[in-house]
Amino acid sequence: MKDIRESILKTDGDEKISGQAKYVADIRMANMQHAITKRSTIACGEIKNISYPELPEGYFIVDHRDVPGLNVVKIIFDDMPVFTEKAITYLHEPILLVVGPNKEKVKEIVNNIQIEYIEKEATFEWKNSAVQYHFDKGLGKSIFENADKIIEYDYETGYQEQAYIEPQGFIGYLEGKDKVTLIGSIQCPYYVKNAVIQVLNATEENVRVIQPSVGGAFGGKEEFPSLMACQLACAVKKVKKPIQLIYEREEDMLVTTKRHPARIRFSAALNKEREILGFKIYCAIDAGANIGLSGVVLSRALIAGTGAYTIDNLDCSGDVFITNTVPNGAFRGFGAPQMYFAVEMFMEHIALDLGIDSLAFRRKYLAKQNDLTSTSGTFRDPIIMNEMIEKGMEISDYKKKRIEYSKEKSTKGIGMSFFFHGCGFTGSGEATHIKAKVRLKKDKDNTVYILVAAVDMGQGIRTTLRKVVAQILEIPIDNVIFDFPDTDKVPDSGPTVASRTMMIVGGLIGRAAKEMKKRWTETEFIVEKIYEQPEYIKYNDETFRGDAYPAYSWGVNIVEVDVNPVTYQPKILNTWSVYDIGKSIDDRIVLGQADGGLTQGIAYGYLEVMNHVKGVIKQKNMTDYIIPTAMDTGNMETVIYENPYAFGPYGAKGVGELTLVGGAPAVVYAIEQAINKRIHKIPATPEYILEMMNDGKNRL
Amino acid sequence: MAKIDFRLNGVPVSIETQLNRRLLDVLHEDFDLIGIKEGCGEGECGACAVLFDHEIINSCSVPIANCANKDIVTIEGFSNTSRYKILKDAFEEEGAVQCGFCTPGMMIAAESLLNKNPKPTTEEIKIGLSGNLCRCTGYNMIIKAIQRAAKVGEGKW
Repeated sequence: MKDIRESILKTDGDEKISGQAKYVADIRMANMQHAITKRSTIACGEIKNISYPELPEGYFIVDHRDVPGLNVVKIIFDDMPVFTEKAITYLHEPILLVVGPNKEKVKEIVNNIQIEYIEKEATFEWKNSAVQYHFDKGLGKSIFENADKIIEYDYETGYQEQAYIEPQGFIGYLEGKDKVTLIGSIQCPYYVKNAVIQVLNATEENVRVIQPSVGGAFGGKEEFPSLMACQLACAVKKVKKPIQLIYEREEDMLVTTKRHPARIRFSAALNKEREILGFKIYCAIDAGANIGLSGVVLSRALIAGTGAYTIDNLDCSGDVFITNTVPNGAFRGFGAPQMYFAVEMFMEHIALDLGIDSLAFRRKYLAKQNDLTSTSGTFRDPIIMNEMIEKGMEISDYKKKRIEYSKEKSTKGIGMSFFFHGCGFTGSGEATHIKAKVRLKKDKDNTVYILVAAVDMGQGIRTTLRKVVAQILEIPIDNVIFDFPDTDKVPDSGPTVASRTMMIVGGLIGRAAKEMKKRWTETEFIVEKIYEQPEYIKYNDETFRGDAYPAYSWGVNIVEVDVNPVTYQPKILNTWSVYDIGKSIDDRIVLGQADGGLTQGIAYGYLEVMNHVKGVIKQKNMTDYIIPTAMDTGNMETVIYENPYAFGPYGAKGVGELTLVGGAPAVVYAIEQAINKRIHKIPATPEYILEMMNDGKNRL
Repeated sequence: MAKIDFRLNGVPVSIETQLNRRLLDVLHEDFDLIGIKEGCGEGECGACAVLFDHEIINSCSVPIANCANKDIVTIEGFSNTSRYKILKDAFEEEGAVQCGFCTPGMMIAAESLLNKNPKPTTEEIKIGLSGNLCRCTGYNMIIKAIQRAAKVGEGKW
């Protein structure tokens, strides 16, 4: 039998290349109506009065009065209204929908609705903390009493926009009298379904969610679509016709969730031998106007606080700050990219302060099997980072380049980051919150159906999940069907997030396939599997103590840059990556994740600029918000290491987020070397680099 | 409203429409050509790219008024050619497709590039693709796909 990692052609390549794959905007329905959102023009205050133009026949206003159930979008922390009733907490907050047959007319009505506000002073400073976390490891901060030397630095990260090429969108319609069906560009069919049930006060049977082809998501379509779906569901109930709610790019960029800006302070206690005794880590993130997923993002950031290193004594704390800005949310990496930038730079900066070789210093603290994690859990599985680092250095000629580029006149630099990513939901999330359920169905004609709610948004699970089943059952992949998820047909296998799909959902599907194989002679049957946390995994969500993740994927990124000595524009020359992902289910698909994730991660570090001025996002389209083009990419090389995890299918762990989180520190290490200055903030734009160049005190 | 005649995917067509409508909307809505995707609506992302008298353009930036007597080819028309087949195989074999939303536009960009320059260097491919955004792949595999297509399809462009 072939090794499952041997690549096959993606099963949806044909329909996507020919343009015949249907995304939400490509779906036609008779009598389709258009919905456009009326939004606030202030960042903070109250609605005093709304005056409406006369509505032509067939045109509707849908607002908070049309919400039959709770006017709250069910996320994790339920503090976002579907339509605001009175209070305005950020600019462009949704107030109502206008719905009607002609889109231009709908736009005109939206523009003619006059809203008077009582404006209040908005808060943009990070001062209102809504969530506070704190945990210790070992002796906690008391270790600082024994310190011979303390080193402390601050780091800062900016917004990042997911910039999926397909904007957010839904179509909603009534099936029969009471049933609302929603087709949307989403990652999590059951998040949407459960949110709509609460808002409509509906039964399970009366809400149906279907996923079409999804044009990229990267976390941006995790929780935000629930808001749109709830609004649209209320509109469908009222208008009783099919309605399309599809954002144009500008609306998408102004109002959808982004990666949280963060400010991170690291302190290290060192002994006389210049060894690290412990860290104090403080992380603040800007949630925007609602908490939403921000608490979970902060916890993932803090858990990643020691990076790929083992630090025996820790004091970790953080705040989620509420400001009158657009709510932030999920984005590939989920708190880890902010923290990896900070911890990797901090390790480098400590070594520089101590005047010791930073690579040797960093390698000395690399986590090893059986070390305690930041949350005092255990790295149970083998860690092969040393081997991976050697491989990365070999293929990149790292040592030679590092010496060559350290010459005064060199405009080039090379940097290397170390990192891991916890696979699946944090802590007991999988076992208590998600409780994934999958089904595998065998038909009379020996066709097998994968019944899960996992979404293919480009990462390739329409191919890889089928591959797992076909390989275990030893049947052709064409005999394994995986249709687009439809909540009427598939169980809740959980959201398509957290690098969990192959490891958790694929793991369950793999176990179901093994059982199916034993019973293959039965003509027609269904195998169902429900996730059970491995018994040895114990975690306390309150105290942040125990095994935060069942498994970890590991990585090394090496980036080589040339920084233009006049414009200070960094150019990416080459990248090399080495990943331990347990087991590759399809090499070409994994390499695709590797290239794409690293490109996003590097761009987060030096290219992608988004900011707000008094709550106004200044980059509102793809012209203002620069993402990498083909011109911005260097040569990319990736090596995959196998290091199987017992409960993943064939040993597979997570891939998707791992490939992003190390990009920013790797590129910034390289830029630091090229410019001979330290960097404390990303994105490291030419403007920021110029500032550092002009800072006479700043030197490596 | 006015009548506009043009060639669409090799066939003469005629429509009555408002002259300020975007070519993108006319193709997507009136002709149901769903291979044209709207990514940004401002000529930046290339997801709506078509060939306009053999030149690549973003159909979101062209009013239908400018299309009279023009020759317009979309991915649907291009997919009937042998060059398409070579590019398609190369895209699949190199893993150039992830979410697929930018892919038809990338195919049009590749065709346009190879028409002008059948043996492009890596740098020339990057320049040729610079008007098409992809957020999934990091471009590496798309660049390799075009290199492969140029080699396999030598003499076709």
